[in-house]
Amino acid sequence: MSAAVLVVIEHDRGALADASLEALAFGRSIAEQLGASVEALLIGAEAAGLADACVAHGAGAVHLCSNSDLSDYGPEAYGAVIAAAAGALSPAAIAACGTDRGNEVLAHAAAELDLPFVANCTDVRIGDDWEMTRVQWGGSLNEETRLTSSLPIVSVAHHAVEAEEVAPGASADVQPLDVTLPDWVTRSLVQDRVVLSEGLTLATAPVVVGGGRGVGSAEGFAVLEELAAKLGGVVGCSRAVTNNGWRPHSDQVGQTGTRIAPQLYIACGISGAIQHWVGAKAAKKILAVNTDPAANMVVKADYAVIGDLFDVLPAITNG
Amino acid sequence: MRVLVCVKRVPAPGAKINITEDGQAVDATNLGHTMSPHEECALELAVQLVEAHGGESHVLTLGEAAADEQCRWAASIGVNKATLVDVGTQGWDPQRTATALTHAVRSIEAADGAFDVIIFGNESADTGGFQVGIRVARALERPMVNAIKGVDIVDDGAVLEARRETDAGMEVFRLPMPCAIGVKEGITWPRYPTMRGRLASKKLVVEQQTSDAAQGGQTMVRLNRPEEKVSETVILGHGADAAPAVVELLKELGLWTEGAAS
Ligand SMILES: Cc1cc2nc3c(=O)[nH]c(=O)nc-3n(C[C@H](O)[C@H](O)[C@H](O)COP(=O)(O)OP(=O)(O)OC[C@H]3O[C@@H](n4cnc5c(N)ncnc54)[C@H](O)[C@@H]3O)c2cc1C
Ligand SMILES: Nc1ncnc2c1ncn2[C@@H]1O[C@H](COP(=O)(O)O)[C@@H](O)[C@H]1O
Repeated sequence: MSAAVLVVIEHDRGALADASLEALAFGRSIAEQLGASVEALLIGAEAAGLADACVAHGAGAVHLCSNSDLSDYGPEAYGAVIAAAAGALSPAAIAACGTDRGNEVLAHAAAELDLPFVANCTDVRIGDDWEMTRVQWGGSLNEETRLTSSLPIVSVAHHAVEAEEVAPGASADVQPLDVTLPDWVTRSLVQDRVVLSEGLTLATAPVVVGGGRGVGSAEGFAVLEELAAKLGGVVGCSRAVTNNGWRPHSDQVGQTGTRIAPQLYIACGISGAIQHWVGAKAAKKILAVNTDPAANMVVKADYAVIGDLFDVLPAITNG
Repeated sequence: MRVLVCVKRVPAPGAKINITEDGQAVDATNLGHTMSPHEECALELAVQLVEAHGGESHVLTLGEAAADEQCRWAASIGVNKATLVDVGTQGWDPQRTATALTHAVRSIEAADGAFDVIIFGNESADTGGFQVGIRVARALERPMVNAIKGVDIVDDGAVLEARRETDAGMEVFRLPMPCAIGVKEGITWPRYPTMRGRLASKKLVVEQQTSDAAQGGQTMVRLNRPEEKVSETVILGHGADAAPAVVELLKELGLWTEGAAS
């Protein structure tokens, strides 16, 4: 049996990030090509409870680093643990999911090890070389890339592979991983949290009603708010809207905003520029409301209503 | 306070992104150029920090000579100095870019003094490697956190408090200065250049550098456009008259609750 593919598991104070399960599925696709197994790396004592979930999703072994310096998440601390694990466990490759945290900790580890890091892959093909497909432009383009490294370090684009439970009910044998961390890693640990909302978020809402430049003003969003409330959803917007100061940037959908994946995205007065589309395309269904039947959003949507959003939306809300 | 911002010149595509025939680059014929919105916000943050605390801001870019345009844009909104590492039109891999930028930072700091804060974008708009800033910070042995959406200078200027969005709110980091951060769009609201800014940008002296950094382990082979799901758009109707068909669709999708709200 050759060396294992080590998958870094993301969690927040012991709560598993679903993206980690995608990383395990991705790790298995690499391991199968290498004839190797997948092993999980849990960082922080609070993560101990996640071992069974890792095994159920295909990890053959679970390593837990519960160093007392790891009181909370910290990019430099996690990067140092991963770099140390590379030395202690000699894995064949290291993988994680391409979330904010996943990409950040792998970049820190790669910098520490002076090795390349390939972010947001959708596919890895292992022959004489490692070749992978990764996303550029936030998902608008694919890049075929070749990797030359003594230890491949890769993240999988979020939502690119599906999590799969392969060994339900199996339980884990957790192996402690003792590492000595340099003092400085604690300088970038999370120190505090501010809780803003417990409710629906743009990233998780089942319905998003999005508005673009066509809404015309901050006040214009009232008709979108009403429809979103009726459908149990939230309001999103395009960059033209945040640039005009009509909505906060936290409402922006797209390459430099939030990626949404609702059951239905209702895109109103949005032309459908590529940078907006990449943030919206994971929606199960898209309904465009636009005065212009040739708008990119209309052409790419599953459904469309041609017309002025100020006529169309109130008529829907009032049933 | 001395603040450095790293920005990357990229094409500004429209409704879709075209690729050159050899698959090696985005076809920028007839396209303008820009930088990531994250980096526009980073420049604005640098100018605001210097307005609030005094000192000097500096923009650093690695790319083709034409990236002079992005340096002058930075100056037009108030950035004081600029350095361009001219590597021609060939894109550089993340390790090579980070090595060259680290070298450039060291040379600027040797001449003008150390930076208190180095600001990067969370990721570049085109290649999106999610790592150049982290590699530079690590090489300079400075703390670095990515995905930052809010900052304050606290403890009499000794600490940069950096906040990042999570599903439930914000998590807070307190980085001892000097430090580095990668920021996301929304952290600031970039200003437009004033007439005075435009004049200053014309007078800006862009310091030129070159680099002999070695290539890294990642080699781009070619670009492809992802396959698009082709969907026949179902037109549900025109104007308010389309409402019953939309309600029908919402019922079909299980998203319509009779009698709720309105
Ligand atoms: C690197 C980079 C990153 C970017 N990231 C993002 C991002 O994250 N998110 C994002 O959204 N953009 C992003 N952009 C910007 C993007 O390119 C577009 O400029 C932006 O999405 C356009 O917004 P819009 O569709 O609202 O406006 P427009 O393109 O102006 O479209 C307005 C639409 O409204 C329609 N309309 C007008 N009036 C009405 C009415 N009364 N009723 C119905 N329809 C009406 C029009 O027909 C038109 O289709 C990015 C750009 C770059 C370069
Ligand atoms: N060629 C470059 N010149 C200057 N800064 C860069 C360059 N490439 C990347 N950066 C900086 O590093 C950040 C992250 O880039 P990347 O690792 O490519 O996603 C960018 O947002 C920039 O701030």
